[in-house]
Amino acid sequence: MDFVNAIILLLNYIFVPALAYGSQLALGAIFVTLIYGILRFANFATGDMMSFGTMFVILFTFYFQSIGISFGVLPTALLAIPFGIIFMVGYMLIIDKLVFKYYRINKSPPVQLAMVSIGVMFVTQAVVRIIIGPSDRRFFDGEKFLIKAGEFKEMTGLNEGLAIKSTQVITIIVTLILVSTLFWFLNKTKTGKSMRAYSDNEDLALLSGIDPKKIVMITWVIAGILATIGGALYGLDKSFKPFTYFNNMLPIFAAAIVGGIGNPFGAFLGGYVIAFSEILLTYAYRKFFMYVLPESMEPDGLIQLLSTDYKFAVSFSILVIVLLYRPSGIFKGKVL
Amino acid sequence: MRKNLNVIAAYSIMMGLIILVGIFQSWNIALSIFNLCLISAVMTIGANIQWGYAGLINFGIMGFTALGGLAAVLISVDPVQEAWSVGGFNILFSLFLITAMVLAVRYILKNYKKSKNRTYIVAAIIILGIIIIRFISEPGIEAIEGVNPAKTGFLGGLGLPIIFSWVVGAFFAGGLAFVIGKVALGLRADYLAIATLLISEIVIAIIKHEDWLTRGVKNVIGLKRPAPYEVNLQQTEWFISLVEKFNSSKLNLITDLTERQATLNQLVIEGSSVFVKLCYSGLFLVVVIILLILTQKALYSPWGRMMRAIRDNEEAANAMGKNVVKQHLLIFVLGSAIVGIAGAMLVTQDGLFTPGSYRPLRYTFLIWVMVIIGGSGNNFGAILGGFVVWFLWIEAAPIGLYLVNLTTAGLDDTHFLKVHLIESVPYFRFLMMGVGLLVIMRYRPKGILPEKIEIK
Repeated sequence: MDFVNAIILLLNYIFVPALAYGSQLALGAIFVTLIYGILRFANFATGDMMSFGTMFVILFTFYFQSIGISFGVLPTALLAIPFGIIFMVGYMLIIDKLVFKYYRINKSPPVQLAMVSIGVMFVTQAVVRIIIGPSDRRFFDGEKFLIKAGEFKEMTGLNEGLAIKSTQVITIIVTLILVSTLFWFLNKTKTGKSMRAYSDNEDLALLSGIDPKKIVMITWVIAGILATIGGALYGLDKSFKPFTYFNNMLPIFAAAIVGGIGNPFGAFLGGYVIAFSEILLTYAYRKFFMYVLPESMEPDGLIQLLSTDYKFAVSFSILVIVLLYRPSGIFKGKVL
Repeated sequence: MRKNLNVIAAYSIMMGLIILVGIFQSWNIALSIFNLCLISAVMTIGANIQWGYAGLINFGIMGFTALGGLAAVLISVDPVQEAWSVGGFNILFSLFLITAMVLAVRYILKNYKKSKNRTYIVAAIIILGIIIIRFISEPGIEAIEGVNPAKTGFLGGLGLPIIFSWVVGAFFAGGLAFVIGKVALGLRADYLAIATLLISEIVIAIIKHEDWLTRGVKNVIGLKRPAPYEVNLQQTEWFISLVEKFNSSKLNLITDLTERQATLNQLVIEGSSVFVKLCYSGLFLVVVIILLILTQKALYSPWGRMMRAIRDNEEAANAMGKNVVKQHLLIFVLGSAIVGIAGAMLVTQDGLFTPGSYRPLRYTFLIWVMVIIGGSGNNFGAILGGFVVWFLWIEAAPIGLYLVNLTTAGLDDTHFLKVHLIESVPYFRFLMMGVGLLVIMRYRPKGILPEKIEIK
């Protein structure tokens, strides 16, 4: 029985949260990796673009709530996401036309594009803060828990409860659907294949008659969808604050690079690698060992490898180690 | 003279703007902008050496700034004797163990061939080392943090004048840069950017959470000053007479004696804070000028030519027998050390060390905006960038407010749009920075004062 309790404990505090957090990171990481693979620059505006999309989701959610539309037990935000995506994609296409296109046509070095993306970061940040303000916003409604800790305890008669938030389940399901559609698109459709070809070898792709304008546009559309959904899911699960989103850029970058930048599947897994290592290394295992070990060997300390303050630092350290020993990422494979 | 006309013009306009702020807002504001402009200028000199001279992207400026600030604390704060007596030994012993561990790992890496066993042994040493160090340091850290936590709770510093920390800050930052450079400089440009950005976040995390060293988010306040205190100045005879002399025409107009005394007191209070800021300006100006002379000399020296050659064509420079790796490391360390000086100067001026305030937007990206807007590769340009951008960063709010009022003049004062826009005036600075950066990168990619290298 103690053993089952220990497993439930780990599920509750490590596995489920890490899976949800990892999914959110994974979406962001695929976004980064797509931009890097096809448009060939490190997009420092990632976090702020995600907050931009989320902002529209929130605004539409509030609008729907005010006119009395709801989605039953599910959060209203899910209904608002498509509208958010439309605005987000529009914004990205405008930004691309006004800013990035010039450098792409001039074949500027990636470093210059990265610098430009910092300018975009500043502008996006300003727009978001001017429209919705810098404060913390929650826009979740509907049923909060799928399984409550208390109910679970009653049901199974265990000491440890397993609480699963509905946002966590939604996050995981939406991510799986989105990512599998994306992979299907990249691997099976003609457009997807031409995107991969373009990312692999630009000149060759152009020679074989692939229209670069179309590729770039589709990339931004996919990126916009990923950024909005990733941002909205993060905001539903935790809360929306522009500054947090800016900071999330860092673990997202870490995930993209750990997975091998330019490789969407790597980025997908990279998100989970980062999330799990962050949580595994900063969790206090005391209770777990209390269940598993006999009473005489019970630990007195927290058995925590690192204090939770270093949560971010963990993912960065992993990234630095990966960059140094395997700059092409853990999951090499083909480019895009 | 003629060819420097644009430099002179740009700097005179900048000075004119600051003087205008002095006349229209107050001299206090003008001087605090000027001081921070000078500090920003030091940072941009550092970033410019790395990016403009050598083409290295360092997005870790925030980390080096924070290390400089840490140096200011460790140098100037008086040592906390009690903390040293309860936990000093554990800390010192842990430091010794860390050094021993690093040396052991280095020894193994150097003297044994690459093999699976070597990797395992190195991993074992690191893991064991961390466990042992935690066991030894934990009681010490707890004891130190328990010593009067409201006031101290850390080891304190050396109790030396804070000015020394400017040099020490440079060494701290340079040391960290050496370690980072050793491991990360081989990366491609954009990877280096991301790696340094993340490493600087790790540095901040450590500074924020190692309370025994830095007091963490509890902040260190009331650092010693290299300049006199306002309160003391207000009671000094010569200062009061100085203020009287300066404002004699104004004071002579007032006939009533008590009123005259009251006005004088007011003027003395204002004058004292201006005077203190002027002292800082003087100190900072000396640093900026020294750095400017040195970097200009370096730029036109054979070494500077070599750096540009490496920047423009690494392979060719390598083929000519220049040690690219070594030079990159050198310039990375030098630039970061200069940023460290700026970090120490910043904390010196503020008189407090707040680890929570180090954010990448303000201390990394803004500095980059400065370098790029000003003109990378040109020291005068980089410094000008520091001035222009910092000036706009501060004055963006009043300018934004003015613009909002202008564009919404037709609307009622209580109109929701107007109220909302006025509330969000502080964020216009981000917009201004972003648009400024984008416009400069598009239409004047070399910055306001572009790099100009004369070939004699």
